[in-house]
Amino acid sequence: MSQFQQVFFEECFEGLEAMESGLLNLDIGNIDSEVINTIFRGAHSIKGGSGTFGFFGVADFTHVMETLLDEMRDGRRKVTQTAIDVLLGSVDCLREMLTSIQHEQNVEEISVAKYKQALEIELYGAAGVRASTLPSENNSKKEKAEVKILSDDKAVELSQQGWKIAFCPYLDLLKTGNDPVRMFRELAELGELITLANVQDVPGFYELDPEECNIAWDLKVLGESPLAEIKEIFNWVEGDCELDIQPLVVKSAKPALVVNKAADAEPVITLADKPASAPGINADIIPDTPATVPQHKREETKSAIKASSSIRVDTAKIDALINMVGEVVITQSMLGLVGENFAMEKVGQLKKGLAQLERHTRDLQQGVMNIRMLPISFVFSRFPRLVHDISTKLGKKIELKLVGEQTEVDKAVVELINDPLVHLIRNSLDHGIEMPAERIAAGKPETGTIELKAYHRGGHIVIEITDDGHGLDKKKLIAKAVEKGLIEENSIFTDKQAFELIFMPGFSTAEQLTDISGRGVGMDVVRKNIQSLGGNIEIISELGKGTTIAIHLPLTLAILDGQSVAVGDETYIVPLVSIIESINITEKMLNKVAGKGETFRLRNQYIPIIRMHEIFNVRSVNREKTTEGILVIVEGQGILCGLLVDDLLGQQQVVIKSLEANYRRIEGVSGATILGDGSVALILDVPGLMRFSNR
Amino acid sequence: MIKEAKPTAGDNYHHNQQMDNAVQYLSFTLGKEEYGVDILRVQEIRSWEPVSRIPNVPSYEKGVVNLRGSIVPIIDLREKFKLKIAEYTPLTVVVVLQTGDSNKMRTMGVVVDTVSDVISVDKTLIQNAPDFGAKVSNELINGLISVNERMVMLLDVDKLLKLEVLDQNDS
Repeated sequence: MSQFQQVFFEECFEGLEAMESGLLNLDIGNIDSEVINTIFRGAHSIKGGSGTFGFFGVADFTHVMETLLDEMRDGRRKVTQTAIDVLLGSVDCLREMLTSIQHEQNVEEISVAKYKQALEIELYGAAGVRASTLPSENNSKKEKAEVKILSDDKAVELSQQGWKIAFCPYLDLLKTGNDPVRMFRELAELGELITLANVQDVPGFYELDPEECNIAWDLKVLGESPLAEIKEIFNWVEGDCELDIQPLVVKSAKPALVVNKAADAEPVITLADKPASAPGINADIIPDTPATVPQHKREETKSAIKASSSIRVDTAKIDALINMVGEVVITQSMLGLVGENFAMEKVGQLKKGLAQLERHTRDLQQGVMNIRMLPISFVFSRFPRLVHDISTKLGKKIELKLVGEQTEVDKAVVELINDPLVHLIRNSLDHGIEMPAERIAAGKPETGTIELKAYHRGGHIVIEITDDGHGLDKKKLIAKAVEKGLIEENSIFTDKQAFELIFMPGFSTAEQLTDISGRGVGMDVVRKNIQSLGGNIEIISELGKGTTIAIHLPLTLAILDGQSVAVGDETYIVPLVSIIESINITEKMLNKVAGKGETFRLRNQYIPIIRMHEIFNVRSVNREKTTEGILVIVEGQGILCGLLVDDLLGQQQVVIKSLEANYRRIEGVSGATILGDGSVALILDVPGLMRFSNR
Repeated sequence: MIKEAKPTAGDNYHHNQQMDNAVQYLSFTLGKEEYGVDILRVQEIRSWEPVSRIPNVPSYEKGVVNLRGSIVPIIDLREKFKLKIAEYTPLTVVVVLQTGDSNKMRTMGVVVDTVSDVISVDKTLIQNAPDFGAKVSNELINGLISVNERMVMLLDVDKLLKLEVLDQNDS
């Protein structure tokens, strides 16, 4: 069962995402019924699935959503902004519920009840929820009559004939899929229905289990309906309740009004279809509140049971792989034939076969890597919602443009890039785009634009976040950095260097801290995260025109372009991205610095030298003379340094293997790879190497 | 084929019946001493091949090799236990051991002089190890057993392959 559950959860989250993007695309003035259909389908399949797996809380909740959406779909209900907001909130709530269930935690019942209430208010109107959830006016009137009876505490005799039904469901009636409301509705069709709920057994709010039915009802069906018909309605719940059907005599006895005597529970007379809405959470929730979803416990959820990660792969990709494997097998058997009775005249054939094998192997490698590639839209698709929510909160008008969503990138990158991007977009929303009035004053269109763009460039993926806000103010940045004591006063900075300041820890220009951004813990973390993915981040900004933040990331974390270098007998791989240049050095360029080793002068810059054979304790031929080696100038976290190696061997793509899987972390080494001859080469971690050599 | 297989299966059955308390150990020698490891932890036995050195680690951590695509560290137990340092020849043996729980399996190779035998040991006959002094940390030894008048020290693979422990002992 659990293996299906995992699929169910994945489908649910996909469905929720579809619903969310559908809701965001809904244009109030111009309703596209196809979009509503999509949203409805999402809700419907979640309801169906959760029912099957026994998550009745979810099924119940989605049912209400579905009802609302159904009415919208049929055009019986107008689509309003409040309705959309309530639905969006419900999507969040559902997501939270499903995550909790997935991690086997308790569902936040309070917030669920809140959202359900909000939905019901939307569905039936505030009054409807308070008094009755039955949409029949007739019945609510009757109820009022009944309330009167109660308050007078005196039996009113009804001269009509009918049936008196004592209906006391067992706790798990709801779990069997029966809905008292549906039954009552059917009863109401037989004749006028008077209901009296007995809430005596409803527990306190915190003990309440929404899946349990704690309410008993005294029902009266007026009119001359045959007993058989009434019995038929209760047919399905036989065995799940105590049922007593008595003919209602003209001089009826005093109704059993235990309600008032119930200890502290407020008497509720309702046709409530949901015992979850216990007293106290009645219609005092305005549909606008969903913005304040309790987001807590997220952290805990994450650290909890680790769900197995899976990936959805396009069948076309798998078919292509199978084809390639077929080719490899054919080539292999062909080579086998050649080898069986090898003679010199077959050399040509052998070479041809080997060339083919090489090509197929390369294709196969690419094909396998391709499986891990996901379109970046997996990340991008969350942002319309984020922008929608935050811009509403800030009172700004912002349009989000997504470009290049189909650009593919490694799954690991997709997972890790999300948080930094959220941070950058929030920054653009909060600090970048001005308030509408400000924008108009500056001669810009009232609505600001944020463009999120992804494209491939030379083995990298580039993600750009462009806003047309007021840009970065160089003077302000420098002033702020001086004030925070991060830099010396009167320092001279180029634009680029000044923009770099925002990546310094503890830097924040926001005059006022908002809950969206401005605590100054962000940008340095963003940069660190991106660098840990092997990427870099740069800022282009023009005052008054806007800012572009470009993130360059490797397409995959599993393969790296490397330069192999020789140090003594050992071979190391230096990531190509970190290499600036490699040079032969002369004695003249060298400077000794007391106690700090050697530095090297390159175009007016002094660069420290790290002797690889010393730091790694390798026996090397040029142990004494620096000038006999080759200096590889590398950059790590903005600092240049020179690695002294014996020789450059060549550039190649290497597959990164973990050292930690069987071994442990080694300082100055980020991983290992297997070279063409089957031997292992270590991949250097340039920033780590610098830290290590400074000690 | 089937006919031949049958008696073997039967033998195994009786064997298991008899040896309820039995555990099997792979024994090997380091210098003149004889050691044993739980045979279920042994993945394979290989001959020595050149390793890639790892910088700045204790000298008994010889380096890493490529074992069918995964990077596996090689530890020289002779050096670790401060026995006489022997040459590496193609006849030097590397025993590839597995450790860890279902969460995380680690594979590691240990260099030994020779692999001698598979010994079946009655659990009840295993004696606690006395204190050896400095040479071999007591922690790494599960117990002692005598086989044909020879003493075999039974190593705790999990502790043996916990590099942190190795390093601590060293320092």
